[in-house]
Amino acid sequence: MSPSPLAQLDQQTAELLSTIDALTSLDALRDVEATLTGKRSVLAALQKSLGSLEPDERRAAGAELQEARRVVTAAFDERRRLLERDARLESLESDRLDLGDVVTPDVVRPLAPGHPSLVAITQRELEDVFVAMGFTVADGPEVETDWYNFEALNIPPAHPARGMWDTFYVDLGEPETVVLRTHTSPSQIHLMEEAVAKGTLPIHAVMPGRCFRRDTPDASHLYAFHQIEGLVVDRGITFGDLAGTIETFTRAYFGPDITSRLRPGYFPFTEPSAEFEVTCTICRGEGCRTCSFTGWIELGGCGVLDPAVFDAVGIDSTQWSGFAFGFGVDRCGQMRHQLTDMRALTENDTRFLEQLS
Amino acid sequence: MKISLAWLREFVDLPEPVSELQEILSDLGLVVEGTETVGESLDDVVVARVDEIRAIKGADRVRLVVVDAGDGPLEIVCGAMNFEVGNYVPLAPVGAVLPGGFEIAARTMRGVTSHGMLCSSRELRMSDDHQGLMILDDLIEPHVGERLLDALALTPDVIFDISVEGNRPDAWSIEGVARDLAVRLRRPLRGPVLASPNVTETSDSFAKAGIDDPESCGRLTVSVLRNVRVALSPSWVAQRLQHAGMRPISNVVDASNFVMLELGQPTHPYDAASVAGHTIRVRRARPGETLTTLDGVERVLATPGRGLGDTGEDCVIVDGDDQILGLAGVMGGASSGTSDETSDVLLEAAFFDPMTIARSSKRHGLRSEASHRFERGVDPELGLRAAARFVAVLQESVPELEWLAAPLDVRGDVPVPPTLTLDDDDLKGLLGITIDRDDLTSILSGMDFTVSERDGGLEVTAPSRRLDIRSGHLGRADVIEEIARIYSYRRIPRHNPAWPEVGGLTERQMLRRHLRDVIVDAGAFEAWTPSLGSDADFDLLYPGRERVRITNPLSSDESVLRATMITGLVRAWARNFERGTGDVVMAEFGVVFEHPSETSAPHVARGGVGGALTLNLPRENERLTVILGRPDDDARSAVALWRLLEGRLGLDDVVVRASEAPAGLHPTRTGTLVDRASGRTLGFVGEVDGELVGAITTVPGVRRLGLLDIDLDAVADPDVAIRRSPLVRVPGRFPSAVIDLAFVTPRTVHAADLEFALRGASDLIESVELFDVYEGPGLSEGSRSLAYNVRFSSSERTLSDQEISEARAALIAAASSLGAQLR
Repeated sequence: MSPSPLAQLDQQTAELLSTIDALTSLDALRDVEATLTGKRSVLAALQKSLGSLEPDERRAAGAELQEARRVVTAAFDERRRLLERDARLESLESDRLDLGDVVTPDVVRPLAPGHPSLVAITQRELEDVFVAMGFTVADGPEVETDWYNFEALNIPPAHPARGMWDTFYVDLGEPETVVLRTHTSPSQIHLMEEAVAKGTLPIHAVMPGRCFRRDTPDASHLYAFHQIEGLVVDRGITFGDLAGTIETFTRAYFGPDITSRLRPGYFPFTEPSAEFEVTCTICRGEGCRTCSFTGWIELGGCGVLDPAVFDAVGIDSTQWSGFAFGFGVDRCGQMRHQLTDMRALTENDTRFLEQLS
Repeated sequence: MKISLAWLREFVDLPEPVSELQEILSDLGLVVEGTETVGESLDDVVVARVDEIRAIKGADRVRLVVVDAGDGPLEIVCGAMNFEVGNYVPLAPVGAVLPGGFEIAARTMRGVTSHGMLCSSRELRMSDDHQGLMILDDLIEPHVGERLLDALALTPDVIFDISVEGNRPDAWSIEGVARDLAVRLRRPLRGPVLASPNVTETSDSFAKAGIDDPESCGRLTVSVLRNVRVALSPSWVAQRLQHAGMRPISNVVDASNFVMLELGQPTHPYDAASVAGHTIRVRRARPGETLTTLDGVERVLATPGRGLGDTGEDCVIVDGDDQILGLAGVMGGASSGTSDETSDVLLEAAFFDPMTIARSSKRHGLRSEASHRFERGVDPELGLRAAARFVAVLQESVPELEWLAAPLDVRGDVPVPPTLTLDDDDLKGLLGITIDRDDLTSILSGMDFTVSERDGGLEVTAPSRRLDIRSGHLGRADVIEEIARIYSYRRIPRHNPAWPEVGGLTERQMLRRHLRDVIVDAGAFEAWTPSLGSDADFDLLYPGRERVRITNPLSSDESVLRATMITGLVRAWARNFERGTGDVVMAEFGVVFEHPSETSAPHVARGGVGGALTLNLPRENERLTVILGRPDDDARSAVALWRLLEGRLGLDDVVVRASEAPAGLHPTRTGTLVDRASGRTLGFVGEVDGELVGAITTVPGVRRLGLLDIDLDAVADPDVAIRRSPLVRVPGRFPSAVIDLAFVTPRTVHAADLEFALRGASDLIESVELFDVYEGPGLSEGSRSLAYNVRFSSSERTLSDQEISEARAALIAAASSLGAQLR
């Protein structure tokens, strides 16, 4: 019987490992890769020699050899990782810059204008109109609980009305208790709770912000969009006040030849509820494709606050009344700039952005 | 909901032009989303019989069909495949003009001439069905050559597509819409023809009914019908269904659908022969019971769903052997429907609890015309009236039909219609107007509210169908909305409210605006990158960290809330760069999210049913992230940009400290922005980590990307980002003294820190400005020379040499505390 071709395997493996450990640069490592782990390596040669063995022996020897190759390859990869890390650290080190000491005149650049986003421009214009009308502006969180997004707004769990919004649920808490807000209306609840806690009623506020609905994006929808919500809680507020406020806003924002009208709608948190429409800004009411030849464009929803909402936040509806409204910021921007595809808003193409100022 | 004008006109006179009716409907809150004219331009279309079907050589999508329309064989090329020889189909002969102005001409295809067109239902604008030709055998007894209009007894009609709001269960029917119009237009509402039981034998001698679950089922009526003959519906019934978008099936099923469309009551006709014991009971499903619904799917019942507030109850209809016949109010089972052999029918018309139906329907993912109506709320008093209408409709095709006396009628828990008081002040208080008492009464009684006068107002009881009207002060708002709706919102005068409080922005909102203006003036393009990203993106920067995950994402690429805007901005920049438009600064204002378990400051809010739970929400951090991607941009230009922002924000003193770089930033070219007084971090400045650019773009290493990442929550907090004092000092009238001092300073000391130390050395210092940095020959390794121009002054006097020299000494002492020696 001839001596096993693997008689020297342990020693050969040890030699390979010490060769690997002695490598000090990535270049050196690349140079010897083939002779250590590749086709030209000792272990690959041994592999070929196994053909002469009996099947049983071959199987045992094969397993032994495979284990050796695994050990060597692992050591090689580990060495490479360490050398790569060292190389990166070295390059980072040579790159090091102490920013505490940057003396700025070195980097003065020529003036070139930048561009705000269409949403930011629109939101500011809308806020300015409402601020001039006596509204404050409030922010709110983008992740909400079902209580704020739905139940306090008179939309109880499992109520079919929840189907009015295609909701993204967040994997926190019990199922369906945490959501990406589907509208800015939960900000109303936050404002009312805060005003009750601090005793600071009345409220006259608008609440702009990002909302999310599980809509597949197309030319007129994105899954994220911006709304602006309005809330007035005061004494003696009526539906007539709502209609007047909507009209004042419409003329102030869209121009004196654009008017508004209300028609019945349904929102669980307002009663009476209305949809509000404005004169089509394209055809100025003459009728065109954009407004389906009606002369009107549906802009948003509004209504007198439902007493159930007051009950939820602890406001006495015999003393206080109010109204709320909400509509799309992006939609207003779309109308003003005649944007034909909403997806341009998130594509961040500088050729699109540079048109804005 | 599709509503036929002809059908509406059976209930109320409507002479107005269609456009005017459309306006009135919309103003009633029944928004017309589309209007369609049907049955027009069909004068030339005739009934034809298919006599032969032949293949056309070389064509596999069309065939040659030989039809007879009364004038002998006619060859037509046709692409539909849903018919066979012997079928009767509509033919538009050469010269006919179809709806939409489409004129039929003889056409030659593949060498074969087609002498007309065989039509689908949609081509005739009779329904949305475009599966193939309209097969007339299913609808009528056809006669070759007859005009289609005559054969189908078709009258031109207008179909309104009306969107009915969720709070109008009463408007989900022809009668409901007609009622709104009748009351608005002050015209009488006519009821439909109703049948009465026509045999003396009573229903209980044949059938039994019972409610085991009175909470879910408030009312169960069962009518026994005998001598039923299942056949085709009369064509006017079929037409009504088609105009509403439903397929006619058989006279029994059609009558059920007809009544649902007309009155809003879903009914279910069972073949009595397949209902054990002729018994219909309603009970709650037992956990684990199964039912194969009409759509062929086996459903496991009464298992709690994932949905919030879903306790898992299902309500089922069972027979005398306790076999489940159907999922109550949602869908029937596969086994008990009517067939051609049916002769006795048990007609169920019930009221189910809307929430029970809503939960069942959602959990099983089953939506039907019935569930749609039940979950909004069907009139609990409508069942027997609907049965009477069903019988009247079915009698049109089965005159010998028998309806047994005393239909079975079992009650469970029916909601009690609320009674409310409505004072004149209530109306004025909510709407801002006064409406004449007679007008009020006429609106309310027209809508079937019971109205009586009381001191200072009215007492109003809602009709049983108005399940949307709540009780007490809530119901008052509901009733006032109803009045306003009928009265017309447009007639309510507008008024501008006024209040003494001023409007305005918060400090934070002003800061945001300010930052945006400065950053844009400095050349930034404002971007909007996705709030949702992939796991892979998240793992790139935060491996192993908990992430805020979306339960039902649109795709796995949009399943995790972003923890940084750097990734999105680098991508946005790279896309522009590849396009050749990448020499820009891009900035984004936005929120990034941190999983509540990863933060010491989760956002805590109430949630869950009734808001009874306290939930930890992600920490939301508003940031401004800026990528500087112009040629030659790097960490230095990012620092310069920060200095600009800092100055314009009026921050007192922010230093850049070398620090461990957060993920995504260059490990050795990053500094932390630290407010010197509060010691708190305001953000980071530096460069984007080249490894990140390599991992997410195809342009690794093409250029350094400067980065500024500012925490707006910190910057907005005046206790964290200390503002310069608003107090100003008028420069003295006395001359300033100016000296230059150069210090040999250890390389490790920042020029800004030395400057800060110098500034605090004496009260007389007006300004300290670095004007020269020198490193090289003459100085030892590890040190450099920093030269400052220092101005002294006093508002009271010209400074003496003595004072200046003392101040100078103080400056030198201050410098030496940092290891700096006068050069």
